[in-house]
Amino acid sequence: MSRAKIPAAIGILAALGLLLFLLPLAGLIVRAPWNQALGELTDPTTTTALGLSLFCSLTATAIALILGIPLAMILARTRGTLRNVLRALTTLPMVLPPVVGGVALLLAFGRRGLVGSLLYQAFGIQIPFTTAAAVMAETFVAMPFLVIAVEAGLRSLDHRYEEAARSLGAGYWRVFVRVTLPLLRPAIFSGAVLCWARALGEFGATITFAGNFPGRTQTVPIAVYIALETRPEAAITLSLILLVVSVALLAGMRERWLGAL
Amino acid sequence: MRRRALAPLALFLVAACGLQSPAAPTRTALTVFAAASLQPAFDKIGKVLETSQNVDTTFSYAGTQTLVAQLTQGAPADVFASADTTHMASLQSAGLVQESKIFAHNRLEIAVAKGNPKGIRSLADLARPGLVVVLADPSVPAGKYAQQALAKAQVTVHPASLEQQVTGVLSKVALGEADAGIVYVSDIATSGKVDGVAIPDDQNVIADYPIAILKPAQNASGAKAFVDLVLAADGQAILKAAGFGGV
Repeated sequence: MSRAKIPAAIGILAALGLLLFLLPLAGLIVRAPWNQALGELTDPTTTTALGLSLFCSLTATAIALILGIPLAMILARTRGTLRNVLRALTTLPMVLPPVVGGVALLLAFGRRGLVGSLLYQAFGIQIPFTTAAAVMAETFVAMPFLVIAVEAGLRSLDHRYEEAARSLGAGYWRVFVRVTLPLLRPAIFSGAVLCWARALGEFGATITFAGNFPGRTQTVPIAVYIALETRPEAAITLSLILLVVSVALLAGMRERWLGAL
Repeated sequence: MRRRALAPLALFLVAACGLQSPAAPTRTALTVFAAASLQPAFDKIGKVLETSQNVDTTFSYAGTQTLVAQLTQGAPADVFASADTTHMASLQSAGLVQESKIFAHNRLEIAVAKGNPKGIRSLADLARPGLVVVLADPSVPAGKYAQQALAKAQVTVHPASLEQQVTGVLSKVALGEADAGIVYVSDIATSGKVDGVAIPDDQNVIADYPIAILKPAQNASGAKAFVDLVLAADGQAILKAAGFGGV
């Protein structure tokens, strides 16, 4: 079982590909204003954006869990064309440019949108420019990651445990809470982490649908974008924070994933 | 199946390449970075230059502060037109611009939905609770001017969003997501989708628009032709028609 030797050209191209990932990271780390980092970290703009991002991304993940797990259960049960259509719809936000998602959200939930106009006329509720809009944009973009992970988990589930519990007299909800959910835990966990990471990094849909206002809709990625024009040091510091979070997630996920697979 | 899915992509790529194929050899390309509010006027000036001088102008419109950030990071451009003198001065001190000339003036106006359903009459009305007001970010010239006007009128506004360019404010009002926004007179004159509420002189701010040839210009003669046209009677007439005050 000797493998063919890899030609040098492939090695060179692979190295170039790796450099494309590594150099920007190196740029971020080398150009970071380390001596000012602490000052930037405690700056109100930074802390406000961090707090808001944490709140929005965690809320989005919670909503994704509540809505996404049932959606994954339905997906795992369906077959054929229906399943293909449902799955395409659910995964669309993963491939859709986020800014298009933002425009679509605006046309659905804006003051003149399909649903938004009814909400506005009946209750005076306006969603754009609110923190709720930022959460919705993040949920829209990030929930597919959870749905896909949980659906995969459900498909590989050994249903004999559920059948055994049912034959012993447990009702549907009891089986779901005591048997299905614990079995799904690795899938739910990795799905939720991916979903949270995607929500934390959301930019395009948020700025389009929710706008930009500190403390209300200015999440960390938007603060980075805006600060780059006026206070580049703050932009680099915030970028570093997101980078550290991402690396930590990746490091944490590896073991979980290897354990789950 | 897969091949069929790729066909539109291939078609698009062919079309995109076709668009980029070089034009007649005498044609020269020019890149102009201009404040977002200049788009209606500059698009027309670009067309005039295309027919008269055979210069093919590509515009990059954005908030002045965005363009300055890009230019100081080395973005290639021949001409820069700013919505304030401060940002032009920062390019000057960065050594990217030698001299600039004021070529137009603008004033602020309140943009409201067609027919002014919320009955907005003055800057003071923008402080009304429940009103959704959108402004440009204070780092954007239009946002800075709006702050100055609101300070003169002694009005405190709680904006719903701070946009990165004045045209973002305009579109939020035009889309009906915002009840009002502070934009330029020229934005309302050319938009057609919003109505304007005038701001009296004693509360208003005059915006000076400077233009300059950038030092690393690739097409210096084209850049000069563009700046000359903007300052000439033809260019000034286009700017006036778009709601700007000439010089």
